[in-house]
Amino acid sequence: MSLLELKHVYKIYGDLHALDDVNLKIEEGEWVAIMGPSGSGKSTVMNIIGCMDKPTKGEVLLDGKDISKESSQGLTEIRRDKIGLIFQQFHLINYLTALENVMVAQYYHSMPDEAEAMEALERVGLADRANHLPSQLSGGEQQRVCVARALINHPELILADEPTGNLDETNERIVLDLFRQLHAEGTTLIVVTHDAEVGASAERVITLEYGKVTSENGGTEFGKAARKDVI
Amino acid sequence: MNLKKLPLQNLVRHSGRTIGLAAIVALLTCAVYGGALVVSSLQSGLNSLEARLGADIVVAPATARSQYDLNEVLVEGVPSSFYMDKAYVAKVAQREGVEIATPQYFLATMKAGCCAMPVQIIGFDPETDFTVKPWIARTYGGELGMLDIIAGCNISGGVGDQIQFYGETCTIVAKLAETGTSMDNAVYGSGDTVKHLVEAAVDLGFSPLAHEDPQQVVSTIMVKVADGHSVEEVLGDIKLHVRGVSAVATRTMTSDVADSVAGMSGVIQVVFGIIGVLAVIVLVVAFLVVGRHRTREFAVLRVLGASKRMLSGIVVKEAAIISAAGALVGVAIALVVVLSFNGALESALGLPFLLPVVATIALLALGAFALAMVAGCGASFASATRLSKVDPGQTLREE
Repeated sequence: MSLLELKHVYKIYGDLHALDDVNLKIEEGEWVAIMGPSGSGKSTVMNIIGCMDKPTKGEVLLDGKDISKESSQGLTEIRRDKIGLIFQQFHLINYLTALENVMVAQYYHSMPDEAEAMEALERVGLADRANHLPSQLSGGEQQRVCVARALINHPELILADEPTGNLDETNERIVLDLFRQLHAEGTTLIVVTHDAEVGASAERVITLEYGKVTSENGGTEFGKAARKDVI
Repeated sequence: MNLKKLPLQNLVRHSGRTIGLAAIVALLTCAVYGGALVVSSLQSGLNSLEARLGADIVVAPATARSQYDLNEVLVEGVPSSFYMDKAYVAKVAQREGVEIATPQYFLATMKAGCCAMPVQIIGFDPETDFTVKPWIARTYGGELGMLDIIAGCNISGGVGDQIQFYGETCTIVAKLAETGTSMDNAVYGSGDTVKHLVEAAVDLGFSPLAHEDPQQVVSTIMVKVADGHSVEEVLGDIKLHVRGVSAVATRTMTSDVADSVAGMSGVIQVVFGIIGVLAVIVLVVAFLVVGRHRTREFAVLRVLGASKRMLSGIVVKEAAIISAAGALVGVAIALVVVLSFNGALESALGLPFLLPVVATIALLALGAFALAMVAGCGASFASATRLSKVDPGQTLREE
């Protein structure tokens, strides 16, 4: 059984078909990049998979359960329990420190555990910046806090929306290295991006145009090999 | 860090915004509590004045009415001396419907070497008095001897001190609690003491009397109407059958003051009410504006798994903390201002002004605090509702 499956998914706004009969399967442990030009439906797919939106038609199966008919609260619980989200703009809470930003995800999931949150920050190389506010961190550091926050509740799926869109080359590399480690450990990653290099790092690339899946390929050899290399 | 303290965390780290919102709540509370304290003090002053007068009807010499404004004398305590034959006491007491008729003796002291200060000395008959004694009994339980006096709260000097009036040395045996009326400037003694002081005044060449014997006169007769009779009926009877006196219902005498208190209370309630309503409107708008700036933050919390209820809870908790802090400050400021400028307020308003008892002050403070909490939390409701409904996908996509 696939971890995630979209069956004949449509998202229609008036006359606009943001998603038009999208079908895709993502297996557990896969690293998939969803690419496409602006307006192709990437963000719509991301919002539907991330339980932040519902399709107009079709089924979205997560762990075999159709989440397309879930209530708002039901989607909140699925998002909280199964999905870790990483955003292009980081979306950290500006009045909380890096550590608190990680702990806030624990708080809404189960129970804050400072030691565990600290471990997550250590993992992304930010233990020494734990007590800094987002405004005191660089973009790359903020994105790494966002990664730590996404990882803290051990989600089944990490969903990243343009995770390197606001980063310089050095920080982009750091974040991609983190993704490679996660992938190597068996984490399922879906990265929405229009960055060819980020896309090339994935095992599989799904391309969207005008709301339809126009191509699906195996990504680069580098991407395919990444997991084995790290192991 | 305990993330249950998330609302507090936000308030502390946005201290400028927090202080601003708390200041609005403080203004609201200060207006409501300050207004309530002033209105309550005016009402207490009026009640005190009515209690002080005590009688249903006051009978004074007919001639006094042409020489003095009886309201000023009896209600405002303006120093004055007038007398009538004491036989009037029996005449009034005999009228149907009169339960008690008790005399009072007035003597205005002089702003001269003979007297320590110009005050109104009021004497009463300890055997029949029902107006002054109950009031005095709160501070002095003993018998008043010759030249023993009880001083109003504004009279300088403490218990045991001696004061000279018309060359006679009087001893202060007690001081009265504040009444908030001009009676705070009066001195009370037995009728014998006042008659003795009248004689001393005559001896010194001051002549409050025409030719009468000080022992044979009284200044006013305070009348208590018996149950089953109306004040109007007894008043009419006295006016009809007792010639040479002027009888007035005390309710009529205090009605001007009561009207002024009611008018002033109304103005204060309206002004402070407007301030309160404006503060609530500003609070609602402020919470909405702050909420608008926090849409992204709440979308993130929603993404992280916070339910709508949790988000509303954060806003309401923050509003409750801000309201509690603001309300405490507002109550404290209003209390300090009213307590500190008590006298100035009385002079400025020109009305009896007496702070209510501590229990009432505390109750009003609790009421103002509760109102501020309701207003603050209520003002945040629109913002909480809006933020709880935030669509995380759309909000974060729009960023």
